[in-house]
Amino acid sequence: MNTPAVRCQNLQKHFGEGDTRIEVLRGVDFTAMAGQLTFLLGPSGCGKTTFLSVIADLLECSGGVVKLFGRDIRSVPAAERVRFRRANLGFVFQQCNLLPSLTATENAAVPLLAAGARRRDAFDRARELLTRLGLGDRLDTLPSRLSGGQQQRVATARALIHQPRLILCDEPTAALDHRAGEAVMELLAAAGLAPDRAVIVVTHDTRLLHFAHSIAKMDDGRIVEVATRDPVSNQPGPALS
Amino acid sequence: MNFVAWKMLLHDRAKYLGLVFAIAFSTFLLENQTSIFAGILKRTASQILDVTDAEVWVMEPSSQYFDDTKPMRDTALLRVRGVPGVRWAVRLYKGLPVARTSTGHFAQSIVTGLDDATLVGAPRRMVLGSWERLREPDSVIVDRAGYFLLFPGEPLALGGRLEMNDHIGIIVGISEASAPFVSFPVLHARYSVAVNFQGQGRNQLSYVVVRSADGIALSELCARITAQTGLRARKTDEFAWDCIQYYLRNTGLPVNFGITIAIALVVGTVVAGQTFYLFTVEHLRQFGTLKALGVSNPRLVAMVLLQAFTVGLIGFGLGTGMAALFFEVSHLKIVTRGITLIWQTVALTGSCMLLVILLASYLSVRRVLVLDPAVIFRS
Repeated sequence: MNTPAVRCQNLQKHFGEGDTRIEVLRGVDFTAMAGQLTFLLGPSGCGKTTFLSVIADLLECSGGVVKLFGRDIRSVPAAERVRFRRANLGFVFQQCNLLPSLTATENAAVPLLAAGARRRDAFDRARELLTRLGLGDRLDTLPSRLSGGQQQRVATARALIHQPRLILCDEPTAALDHRAGEAVMELLAAAGLAPDRAVIVVTHDTRLLHFAHSIAKMDDGRIVEVATRDPVSNQPGPALS
Repeated sequence: MNFVAWKMLLHDRAKYLGLVFAIAFSTFLLENQTSIFAGILKRTASQILDVTDAEVWVMEPSSQYFDDTKPMRDTALLRVRGVPGVRWAVRLYKGLPVARTSTGHFAQSIVTGLDDATLVGAPRRMVLGSWERLREPDSVIVDRAGYFLLFPGEPLALGGRLEMNDHIGIIVGISEASAPFVSFPVLHARYSVAVNFQGQGRNQLSYVVVRSADGIALSELCARITAQTGLRARKTDEFAWDCIQYYLRNTGLPVNFGITIAIALVVGTVVAGQTFYLFTVEHLRQFGTLKALGVSNPRLVAMVLLQAFTVGLIGFGLGTGMAALFFEVSHLKIVTRGITLIWQTVALTGSCMLLVILLASYLSVRRVLVLDPAVIFRS
């Protein structure tokens, strides 16, 4: 039986104080199971990105609890949190956020290098992964000379290279056409999922929902609806309204 | 992650070169101006420092610096010799006669009259001839730069004649005397010859130069001479500094050079510091990405410092190289001879550049440390 990869209870986040205080997350209850690909939908400004940042421990929440693989990482020292994030989280961003000065191989290798791996080992691993992702002929190419789809594949390789247990994706296909988007999602589903791993994808692209095991809809700082795939038929459960 | 820092730095060539050249030119300006300043100030004491045998200089109490001499009575020499702790003391004359050549060229000159018996203070670095020939009648030694001033376009040669105050001086040697503060020829002659080159007053003795006996401290000897003779006695290095300080206090040199040096420092700090700060700011998103990917704050700080010190070292090296090249060329010229790049200015400039780099790094590091890594989720 799958265990929760992410569990949030009554999660709150506000910015500013007094008259300028803005409530972005208003008590989010959310669970993403290990071994599943969870989609997070919602209109712009509903708090999806803030929610993702809080899960990733890049933003402090104002209240509530976030547990990653059963561990409330806010209860551990800052340095250990950095190590935890480095070892267990992978990111795919809407803008890719590749370092423009690094080649595809070097970009993909960054998480391993950050963890202290030897450069040669990290590069070998990155080359191998990029080749598997169809970029074998672009290994030494700078991001500026890659297409949007290729850049996103490099970013995906960077998110996968250290085999993180949780991959967080923010609009990973927004800059891609449908075919390239499908390809990226296939990669994430194939390489990012395992019984002890999970993928959470924030997206507006409803054409990709067939990849989801679970879909949470967010609005006005709360999760307002959750739909899950039927475990027997493997078909989507009750449709989101 | 060091190679990531270097790649980030080198990727933006225009900014990288801008940073390097800002520091290089700032370094060049600072080293150039401070070395010229130091070289010019050293010239004010060059005639003192050239008398390498002297440990103590004795003069009239009202004398402030080398060119400001009030002649003493000849008996001052004997009084100084009578002070316990003086191994030997000899007289030294300093005058500023106008020297004329047979071709009609003339120039005011600095004449140093040396003790007839010992020739203490004779120039040690000779280009042509020898200082021992000063013992010949009416002989003078002229410095190389002065020779070219008095005999323009003529090759160095001995035997030329100079006329000063209706007295003839025959050139028996050409020296490489240290450049004086003003570009006058530097002549050396025996005391008895030199005093005739200028209109004579009742007193002639400019200085008594002294060597101490073994075992006595120079400051103690100076105090004894002053107490016993009423004359002013200064150690050689003190007297040299007296001259330097006189020019610092009474000329516009420190203001003029100070302004240039300050501008170089400000331009270096502002241009290099701000460019580096902007470089970091423009790369904040990349630092944010690294932070989100688990690169720790100490590692990010190390990356920023590595970038700063890389451009700092390269810029400083280039600037010092440019300054060295400048002085390598300029020291061959007559008018700028003796002005060289000194290690003190290199060290001083290096310290200034280090401060610039540290300041720029501090500002940059602060931005990186407070950087919210969630910035990477914002498009």
